[in-house]
Amino acid sequence: MDAAVAAAAEARERLRASFASGRTRPAAWREAQLRGLLRMAAEMEDDICAALHADLAKPQTESYVHEISLVTTSCKFALKNLKKWMKPQKVPSRLLTFPSTARVAAEPLGVVLVISAWNYPFLLAIDPVVGAIAAGNAVVLKPSEVAPVTSSLLADLLPRYVDASCVRVVQGGIPETTALLELKWDKIFYTGNSKVGGIVMSYAAKHLTPVVLELGGKCPVVVDSNVNLHVAAKRIAAGKWGCNSGQACISPDYIVTTKSFAPKLLESLKKVLGKFYGQDPLRSPDLSRIVNSNHFNRLRGLMDDETVAGKIAFGGQSDEQQLRIAPTLLLDVPLDSAIMKEEIFGPLLPIITVDRIGESFAVINSMTKPLAAYLFTNDSRLKQQFERNISAGGMIFNDTGIHLTNPHLPFGGVGESGMGAYHGAFSFDAFTHRKAVLDRSSFLGEARARYPPYTPAKLSILRGVLKGNPMAMVQAAVGCTGGRRA
Amino acid sequence: MAEETVRELRASFAAGRTRSAEWRAEQLKGLIRMIDEKEAEISAALHEDLAKPHMESYLHEISLTKSSCKFALNGLKNWMKPEKIPASITTFPSSAKIVPEPLGVVLIISAWNYPFILSIDPVIGAIAAGNAVVLKPSEIAPATSSLLANLLPEYVDNSCIKVVEGGVPETTALLEQRWDKIFYTGNGTVARIVMAAAAKHLTPVALELGGKSPVVVDSNVDLHVAVKRIVVGKWGCNNGQACIAPDYIITTKSFAPELVASLKRVLVRFYGEDPLQSADLSRIVNSKQFTRLQDLIEEKRVADKIVYGGEADEEQLKIAPTLLLDVPQDSAIMTGEIFGPLLPIVTVEKIEESFDLINAKPKPLAAYLFTKNKKLQEKFVANVPAGGMLVNDTVLHLTNPYMPFGGVGDSGMGCYHGKFGFDCFSHKKGVLIRGFGGEANARYPPYTTEKQKILRGLINGSFIALILALLGFPREKH
Repeated sequence: MDAAVAAAAEARERLRASFASGRTRPAAWREAQLRGLLRMAAEMEDDICAALHADLAKPQTESYVHEISLVTTSCKFALKNLKKWMKPQKVPSRLLTFPSTARVAAEPLGVVLVISAWNYPFLLAIDPVVGAIAAGNAVVLKPSEVAPVTSSLLADLLPRYVDASCVRVVQGGIPETTALLELKWDKIFYTGNSKVGGIVMSYAAKHLTPVVLELGGKCPVVVDSNVNLHVAAKRIAAGKWGCNSGQACISPDYIVTTKSFAPKLLESLKKVLGKFYGQDPLRSPDLSRIVNSNHFNRLRGLMDDETVAGKIAFGGQSDEQQLRIAPTLLLDVPLDSAIMKEEIFGPLLPIITVDRIGESFAVINSMTKPLAAYLFTNDSRLKQQFERNISAGGMIFNDTGIHLTNPHLPFGGVGESGMGAYHGAFSFDAFTHRKAVLDRSSFLGEARARYPPYTPAKLSILRGVLKGNPMAMVQAAVGCTGGRRA
Repeated sequence: MAEETVRELRASFAAGRTRSAEWRAEQLKGLIRMIDEKEAEISAALHEDLAKPHMESYLHEISLTKSSCKFALNGLKNWMKPEKIPASITTFPSSAKIVPEPLGVVLIISAWNYPFILSIDPVIGAIAAGNAVVLKPSEIAPATSSLLANLLPEYVDNSCIKVVEGGVPETTALLEQRWDKIFYTGNGTVARIVMAAAAKHLTPVALELGGKSPVVVDSNVDLHVAVKRIVVGKWGCNNGQACIAPDYIITTKSFAPELVASLKRVLVRFYGEDPLQSADLSRIVNSKQFTRLQDLIEEKRVADKIVYGGEADEEQLKIAPTLLLDVPQDSAIMTGEIFGPLLPIVTVEKIEESFDLINAKPKPLAAYLFTKNKKLQEKFVANVPAGGMLVNDTVLHLTNPYMPFGGVGDSGMGCYHGKFGFDCFSHKKGVLIRGFGGEANARYPPYTTEKQKILRGLINGSFIALILALLGFPREKH
């Protein structure tokens, strides 16, 4: 434990000194780091894919499309917009402080801590780091120990591609993370589960450190009957099993549809699953495995629950040795079963049925606010109601998962699914303090009415100024006090 | 009781009462009416709690709150509108927007020094954003707290906006509930307690705290004007009991005598020879704060550094404007936020050294620089982190609703004023809209090299790849 404490303190002290020296401030430094990350993603693509495969059996296509390419796009977007983001924004000046100019300057917070997750261990480590660097901070990155090969790779690669005096990787588990959390950071960016999110925030509270918490929840998919069913089923399947076998924060967690439509939907999903993963999905190379036996047992527990086991409509097979669970559909599990109370984070998809599709809203709103909510329908009114009445981190109509690829959309949770957001300019903002700067550059514009001794006459003039009375403004500007100075 | 209050507000919020622009505008108009009709009562309460001069009550609390309401009323419809944003080629065809939505039921805990505005101003943001609100005014300003508890139900919708009065027990009970946001104005010690309580429910917070707001005074200035502006920002703001009041001055050894002489002159002009009798100075809020401030100047290495003032009247809870020169850096008065009418002046050899001095302390809520030297101004802005900054004046930046008002580091997190108040109490929900067209088979398993090639091209912005993808390449073998 002492070693962990010493390592954490040392990393932070080094970075404080580097930041204080001003190294991370110039655009040129920031651009150099971002280009370094780009080169890393390009040159080391095979090694990264291999690490992701070792940690998760992640299919190479997913590793490329969902992790590496997103990091690349993120770096390029930041590079393209960096100078614009760094520029102070002029804002209107008010008559009240005439003459003056007003602007909002972007300044780095300082030394920040990024704690990453195991399911997208490359993307969720580097993407926040991109934001931190773009904003001019020094960064400690703590990758997830639950994806140890990727963690190791990051610890090895980053010093080769970015400035190690300002960007450090600290590996480890609970002791190392705790040691880091006890220190004072200028921001903590955490991706993971709600329970640890609360712990991170408690530590942050001791130092008044602001946090971004990217958590999870149960992402619902409402499927109306007024849809192109085959397309909907493909898109749901891609967002669920095509995303790390359902181990993704924005994967569809459960479906809500009408009793009358459920059989059709079920059939369509089965067909699509057969097409995607074949008759023996446990053998398909296009599915990630379950990350470890802890989670494997947790998921088996959810399926084996006696109120639920009989509701399996498709799948249910598993291979404990390979840590694989097949895509599994369940129909009409009880709402108070474990599988409907906690975030599933795996390849199990319960389908809940209601009489009328509008009743799905009550089901969703009886749970905590999710990170994402999805609705498949052609009905505009239903879309409007969904948008208005369902609070979620983000929302997609007629697809799943892909909103995170749009850098103009803030990506983050609300309520128990998280606080703060990132991606695109939001990443820059997440690690920036927006400092208001008012410049009364000249010493002109002395309004004597402002100064004691206070008199009713002065108050009268100032009231007039505040009401926009031109006469009062002139009086104030020429230094009137409305009478003899007391 | 706290539990019941929250339950009631949750029900009102769930019923959709606070969502319409009409409801929000109604409440804001109600607040404006309240300010117009009850100005005398508000001023009287502020005078009872703080002996706040009527001019300050009007200028700093009443009129600012009113313009805040009006600004929100004017901006409301625009702020509520979803913002269209560019769609990505990778999700073609699609459209995207950001939709602001209320967080739900929020808790606002106010402070004692500007007890009216620091209560109502955050409430304005919360209402504009469509939330239900509990306001907990500071018990240390009891007349104003009482007034708010009486007035608000007369002017706004009591089923959605409630005042809960009380001290530590009542506040603790409130903090145990689950809120959708907590907005706290006050000090760092209590802020840590607030944030720790919020962490249990994953409730986001805005913390408007304080710090030691430094004023750097260069010799290249219009001294008389500079001094007037410093004085009015310090003693003209609740007798220094303001989060953004100048806390201490830094100037050069050579310029200090002139600066001190000018400060003395202006202080006499403003407050007379017997400032303890001046009606234009707030009193100290209570004996606890009075004793704290007395202790600061009675500290051994500090007492002999007083160059002006130092008088006090314990019965009246009044302390005169006091200047100190070259107190030790490690004295209590230079370590914690002063929050009172004491102004230490610290000297350096060269004015640039002031930056390191400031940066050695926790980041302040505001930092001020008086100089005509443009280069020095630029260096200041670039190298001194602070919540907000003013060049050649003090305090005024908070009157500009286009600028975010909030701290950084120990001086706070989050910000408000103007649209930032609306944003503070909103969730910006990203919404992506697709139809069922634009199916790209390349996206789906079984994964193949050909599919990946197309996806790569698409991700790299290739239109050809997009067309191929949309045409269903690679063609599925049937």
